[in-house]
Amino acid sequence: MLKLKVNNQDVEVEEGLTVLQACEKAGVEIPRFCYHEKLSIAGNCRMCLVEIEKSPKPVASCAMPATEGMNIKTNTKFVEKARKGVMEFLLANHPLDCPVCDQGGECDLQDQSMFYGVDKSRYKENKRFVPEKYMGPLIKTQMTRCIHCTRCIRFATEIAGVSELGAIGRGENMQITTYLEKSMESELSANVVDLCPVGALTSKPYVFEARPWELKKTESIDVMDAVGSNIRIDTYGWEVKRILPRINEDINEEWISDKTRYARDGLLNQRLDTPFVKYNNKFDKASWREAINIIKERIKETDKDKICGFTGDLVNMETLYIFKEFFNKCLNSNNIDFRNSHSYLNSEIRENYLFNSGINGIEESDFIFLVGSNPRFEATMLNARIRKAYLKNKLKIVSLNNVGDLTYPYECLNGKTEDIKNILEGKNSISKDIINSKKPIIILGQSILSCNSGKYIFETIKSFLKKNGKINSEWNAFNIISENASTVGSIDLGIFQTVDGSNNTLSKLENNKFEIVFLLGQDSLNFKKKNEFIIYQGSHGDKGAEIADIILPGAAYTEQNGFFTNLEGKLQKAFKASYPPGEAKEDWKIINDLAESIIGKKLFKDKEELDSSLLNYLNLENEKKSSRKDSVVDNLVFNNEQIKLNNIDYYYSNVIARSSKTMFNCRNEKFKLKSTGTEG
Amino acid sequence: MSLKKISKEQPEQFKFNEKNCEIAKKILSNYPEGKQQSAVMPLLYLVQEQNENWIPLAAMKYIAKFLNMPYIKVYEVATFYSMYNLSPVGKNFIQVCTTTPCMIRGAHKIVEACKEKISKNENELSEDKKCSWVEVECLGACVNAPMMQINKDYYEDLDKEKTLKILDQILKGESPKPGSYRGRLNSEPENNRKTLLDIKNA
Repeated sequence: MLKLKVNNQDVEVEEGLTVLQACEKAGVEIPRFCYHEKLSIAGNCRMCLVEIEKSPKPVASCAMPATEGMNIKTNTKFVEKARKGVMEFLLANHPLDCPVCDQGGECDLQDQSMFYGVDKSRYKENKRFVPEKYMGPLIKTQMTRCIHCTRCIRFATEIAGVSELGAIGRGENMQITTYLEKSMESELSANVVDLCPVGALTSKPYVFEARPWELKKTESIDVMDAVGSNIRIDTYGWEVKRILPRINEDINEEWISDKTRYARDGLLNQRLDTPFVKYNNKFDKASWREAINIIKERIKETDKDKICGFTGDLVNMETLYIFKEFFNKCLNSNNIDFRNSHSYLNSEIRENYLFNSGINGIEESDFIFLVGSNPRFEATMLNARIRKAYLKNKLKIVSLNNVGDLTYPYECLNGKTEDIKNILEGKNSISKDIINSKKPIIILGQSILSCNSGKYIFETIKSFLKKNGKINSEWNAFNIISENASTVGSIDLGIFQTVDGSNNTLSKLENNKFEIVFLLGQDSLNFKKKNEFIIYQGSHGDKGAEIADIILPGAAYTEQNGFFTNLEGKLQKAFKASYPPGEAKEDWKIINDLAESIIGKKLFKDKEELDSSLLNYLNLENEKKSSRKDSVVDNLVFNNEQIKLNNIDYYYSNVIARSSKTMFNCRNEKFKLKSTGTEG
Repeated sequence: MSLKKISKEQPEQFKFNEKNCEIAKKILSNYPEGKQQSAVMPLLYLVQEQNENWIPLAAMKYIAKFLNMPYIKVYEVATFYSMYNLSPVGKNFIQVCTTTPCMIRGAHKIVEACKEKISKNENELSEDKKCSWVEVECLGACVNAPMMQINKDYYEDLDKEKTLKILDQILKGESPKPGSYRGRLNSEPENNRKTLLDIKNA
């Protein structure tokens, strides 16, 4: 510990901190533009000047290490004069266009110039002009406003792992640009908008949409992938105007992916706002009573065993739970499943379907083995963490398949199931790597679980890790990347019916054994429709609604309170920021109403009863699972096959993203880059 | 100095010739293992030597791949330094020093000569596209002011007439003799020595 003084107050701080961090510990705020906790130190904006005793000149506190006995002063005339001088230089070339700047109201430069700005300019010279740069469909540039803090460059190189931004020219002619003004090819690119302390980089889809003080802010959870990034939803009336990251060091730190941020305009398009009934292959608008009555009659006529339900990727846990209750209590069956493929599932204990090492645990790891997974597209924030770990520890990363650029170097195997067999039998040097490393991480993706030898690979890798002591009370090397936001919640709630981990309900559906199919936000089911009567409940008119006979309009994740469990098994709550459009209702209410019409009474009195019942059920289930011992599965059949990774259309992965114009533009941009071969 | 314009006409491809490949490998070996990217500056200079004194975009890409670094990083370096030319300057690139000592000794006369013989403005190619001139800051030959540099050679102790003569030769494709044009050896004192008389070898 170091003892030093900040403004004559004694403070003790750890070693290795900078003066700025030490001041922050002492509760003294220091203005800054270029310094950012998560980025490397640049020290080029000079706004953080402080006075240090015995130093004749003011010192840039962000780049100065704190040392024993320092006497730091931040509130003297000397410091104020220095900062005022810096501010004057920063404003020398900064345009006075705050009234038309999107950053207005949340601009660091604007805020700090309230304290350190001079009211009159002493410059008679012309301000410089910098042409706008093209940085892709998400980032709008207005480079005249740039103060060259280089945060964006550092973010792109360090965290996003794409060195595409840079500063060209020098002195007054310095300009921030991408190489030849190509768009940034990263799934994290829009975070530079948050990082930019001025209005140089602003959000293109949000341009001139709203001022920050007009928006209602709701803290919530993202559902675009299973990571469960923490977000803040800004709404203006009904419309979700923008989505911003919220700091959560355990999950997304302070970044979010572009899909999380910009799929929001999909919430406005293709919405189902009233119930529809199909007559003669044409959808007609209907009232709720009409729609529910039709369903009731149909269900009455049908054998209960011939009704099945499939739940989708964005459904919250309350809805999943009431859906299960509906099937169990109203239909006395359990023909429900959340999987849209024949992927292997072992839900004996909770560790069998979670990311057990934890997202934070990635940073401690010393060896990572990716088995049939492309984390860059399956869980973008998790991939950013792997990159962070790579930069920190230079750890070895091996992937079974060649999955393209992951923003960090990795070793490639052949992508054959035989490779895994060899590793597990000790015939490959990688098995030694796993055994010798203290905290290895083996990541299984969805592609591996849905291939023919999915069961074999899943069980043998697990027993291999157990045998070598890599699954113990302190460290669990066995990790699954879940596909969707609802996956872990669905398994926790038991939304499946399985013998040996297979998907029976889906097999039956494929053989057209069902007469009524209830799709709860499920849009990615592949089966040949024969005579099934299909009920679709969801928020968007997409593939599921297209094949439906009756459509019940539900709410999107921003329009209802709901629990989601992320891939680590963390239960998080998404809050209601807006309300469902038109006649649409919150999902749980629809099923509750449906149950009322069938059995004559509601399943749950109100949301509170549902919530407490859900949480009770979860606690009981989890206790049951944790008291259980993982049994050994035998009868494993090995197939030698080439593992094909599921083709992930990153910008088109769910209904909201598919309805979003911004995502459409991003997708086109990506194809354009690919087709011109400028990818690298 | 304004931002350096990147030429609109760009060659499709660039590759070091055999000789320069050897030199490049030698340059690389000067740097310790893992620090090879530091060679970006000498390599860019080598490109300039091979490619008539300028660096096309294709060459930047080539070097980025050669050193295994992002394109933008090479681009940054190339745009930062004033001695890298990013558009064609001709086979004979003339740099006229106009910093104070040369200016006092009549550098503007040399500039005049360049304007007459080569092109009206600096950074402009001559009619045969083989030559251009530019005013630069001190080239470190103040003792022999005024002076100019043509490609790698210094032409010193000039006046307007001598410059015109040199430029004529250059435009004809000849290579005039570099060095002092008042008969001095390097920067020795003119006429008789007036200092250090007692030291023989001075």
